Amino acid sequence: MNAARQRDEAQSAERRRELLLFRLGDETYGIDILSVQEIRRYEAVTRLVNTPEHIKGVINLRGTIVPIVDLRIKFNLPDVTYNEFTVVVILNVVKRVIGIVVDAVSDVVSITEDDLKPAPDFGAQIDDDYLAGLATVEDRMIIVLDIESLITTPELGLIDEASAQ
Amino acid sequence: MGIDVSQFVQAFLEESFEGLDLMESELLDDEILDSSCNGERINTIFRAAHSIKGSAGTFGFGFVGEFTHGVETLLDRIRSGQRPLTEDARALLLEAVDRIRDMLIAARDKSPLDNEAIERTRKAIDAMLESEPGDAPAAAARESREKSAAPAESRWRIRFSPHRSLFATGNDPLRILGFLRDLGTLAIECDDSALPKLAELEPESCYLRWTLELEGPATEAQVREAFEWVEDQCDLEITRIDAPAADTSRDSEAAADASSLEGAADEPASTDAARAGRADQDRRRAADRRNDAGSIRVAVEKIDQLVNLVGELVISQAMLETIARTDFEDFDAVHLERLRQGLAQLERNTRELQEAVLGVRMIPINFVFSRLPRLVRDLASTLGKEVNLVLEGEDTELDKGVIEKLADPLTHMVRNAIDHGIEKPDARVRAGKPRAGTLKIRAAHQGGNIVIEVSDDGAGLNRERILAKAAERGLNVPENPSDREVWQLICTPGFSTAEKITDISGRGVGMDVVRQNIEAIKGRLEIDSTPGHGTRMTIRLPLTLAILDGMSVRVGDEIFIVPLTAILESLQPKADQVYTISGRGRVLNLRGDYVPLVSLSDVFHLPSSREQIEDGICVVVESAEDRAALFVDELIAQHQVVIKSLETNYRRVPGISGATILGDGRVALILDVDMLTQMH
Repeated sequence: MNAARQRDEAQSAERRRELLLFRLGDETYGIDILSVQEIRRYEAVTRLVNTPEHIKGVINLRGTIVPIVDLRIKFNLPDVTYNEFTVVVILNVVKRVIGIVVDAVSDVVSITEDDLKPAPDFGAQIDDDYLAGLATVEDRMIIVLDIESLITTPELGLIDEASAQ
Repeated sequence: MGIDVSQFVQAFLEESFEGLDLMESELLDDEILDSSCNGERINTIFRAAHSIKGSAGTFGFGFVGEFTHGVETLLDRIRSGQRPLTEDARALLLEAVDRIRDMLIAARDKSPLDNEAIERTRKAIDAMLESEPGDAPAAAARESREKSAAPAESRWRIRFSPHRSLFATGNDPLRILGFLRDLGTLAIECDDSALPKLAELEPESCYLRWTLELEGPATEAQVREAFEWVEDQCDLEITRIDAPAADTSRDSEAAADASSLEGAADEPASTDAARAGRADQDRRRAADRRNDAGSIRVAVEKIDQLVNLVGELVISQAMLETIARTDFEDFDAVHLERLRQGLAQLERNTRELQEAVLGVRMIPINFVFSRLPRLVRDLASTLGKEVNLVLEGEDTELDKGVIEKLADPLTHMVRNAIDHGIEKPDARVRAGKPRAGTLKIRAAHQGGNIVIEVSDDGAGLNRERILAKAAERGLNVPENPSDREVWQLICTPGFSTAEKITDISGRGVGMDVVRQNIEAIKGRLEIDSTPGHGTRMTIRLPLTLAILDGMSVRVGDEIFIVPLTAILESLQPKADQVYTISGRGRVLNLRGDYVPLVSLSDVFHLPSSREQIEDGICVVVESAEDRAALFVDELIAQHQVVIKSLETNYRRVPGISGATILGDGRVALILDVDMLTQMH
């Protein structure tokens, strides 16, 4: 009995994931820390032409051209401001380097798969496809994103349809 | 560690291909037929053949060495004056060069090989050697080779007892076994009786012995080769355990080698001529592929230059650091002057270093040109035409990436020129031209571009026939087209004016592919033709793909880069120069010509600070098809920019060809002029 529990614990410990938490408006989101390359202050971007509003433009990250997406605009959050706390999380997923604008980065937490609960239907606000689930850490609810699906979704318009397939 | 020969194989192949190219180009020079002055050339060819033969054996390409041996013998006779280099011998040697290349390509790609063609060439060489008096050994060798031509499966038993010190010399039995396994089916039995107790075991001694049984088309020499490096450090016993009398003469080896190649082939070689033709194409393609290997040979001087420049950079940095250590109170005008000097030096160093680094990617265009003489010769003889090929500017350097992508279009243009352009000798004489047509290919620097011209003195393009064909194909033809517009029609997909579809060109996938390929490397194709006097096609290419000369322009708060090569002129428009065409936008009257006016702020939906047309600037640009006047707020400066791809991390943006980083670290977008001129 005891041994079985220990084994369970060992297994769940193996499946532990580290999440980077960030805030968008009043909500706290988490993404897999392994997909995060670095965190930077928001700086002026070069606007791209004829692109959706949530794609802010591109920046020069030590010689690499990196597109910047404002998730707050994408998720229809009411006030989108750019101040000294606004940060850009540079992600390295699906062999691409992409920056996402968030209100603030708060914490790194470790959760197990068991902590991850399926999310209720949000309706049209956030597509379920890139929602990995909900987790509770220190009485706070965290929306865990499946960042790879989010980046590759055609809805975000980050990747050519042809190459996304 | 044992020496892993495989890591040198790549280098061997590269060298051999170079050697073959050299042999080919020397053979194609007509001077070589003149026995009074061809000594040095034949020596060069001989040396190339000799080194291929020599290293082929070392790297396990025994069959290549075997084949090359005959070629070498023939060359040696010619070199020593025992026989002249006749036109026949030259053709045969060229054929042999092709066969060696086939074999090396097949060995590299593990692809099937046309053994019959090789055997044919081999016999032809032997026959030529035989045709001389006092040359009995060669004839005898040929006979015995024919006799033992049947493929031989053989079984070998190998007892391999390494000495304990085997590991100390860095050899690994596992690698030897691995090598043997490639030769056929290998049964391995390991004798570990000499293995001591763990406590007594010396980890650096080899206690194991092996008994191996190898079944496959391997020769004793091949089996022995596996043990080449450990011969003195083991007891080795190789016995043949299958029936036939062990015939280890060189000829049977050669036969076995040939059969091992056949074994590797997916399909048996066919004599079918069509298939041979296809194989020939495959070979060309495979030969081209070798250039994509992603490695580059750089002249030592270029590397030395880089090292020197980096040295200078370090000196400048040290100088600046000394100045920076000056206390604030002591910092005076003298220091300021020295700081400025240091920075100027640093700037010069950086620029030189940039040029030198880019220079590493530059290789002479001869890389592509060198294969043309052969192509022209073969084509001309197939088509029964006489062609003089004139190459100019072979030393012009171009970016490696561009050169590789240039090979196909250039080959195609040369084919077209010979097939469609240059007439048959009789027709030429009737037209009052010399019998032999002249095909001139010239490369040169022109401003920031490389210009490559392919011109022939053939019949020229036929305006009426092109127009008729275009109508027949239902192509879009402008009204009262200019000659230039007509010539551009031949670059339309599906267009082909050849009266008969020849094997060489005229399948309708000609010039449009050429144009696409050239545009893919940011080049432009211009066609010029005079009926009866010939056609000239000009490719204009940027010097390098990585750097672009651009003009930075401002629209609202954004800065864009217009490629300088596309800009014809810039002007401040007057209100009375601009007209509106209802529903079609605006045009600019440019000295009587009406050019579409493309406002960047409208196309890109940007706010513009210019309300009146007079406040802005029109940049007149030219693309392959069209001209347009880009309306911008301001011209800023002209500079070289480093092109960065947007697609690496994002996607294609219509109207934008890439991005670059400005001096202040900001990103600026580079305009795609071709697309913008079509957007109006």
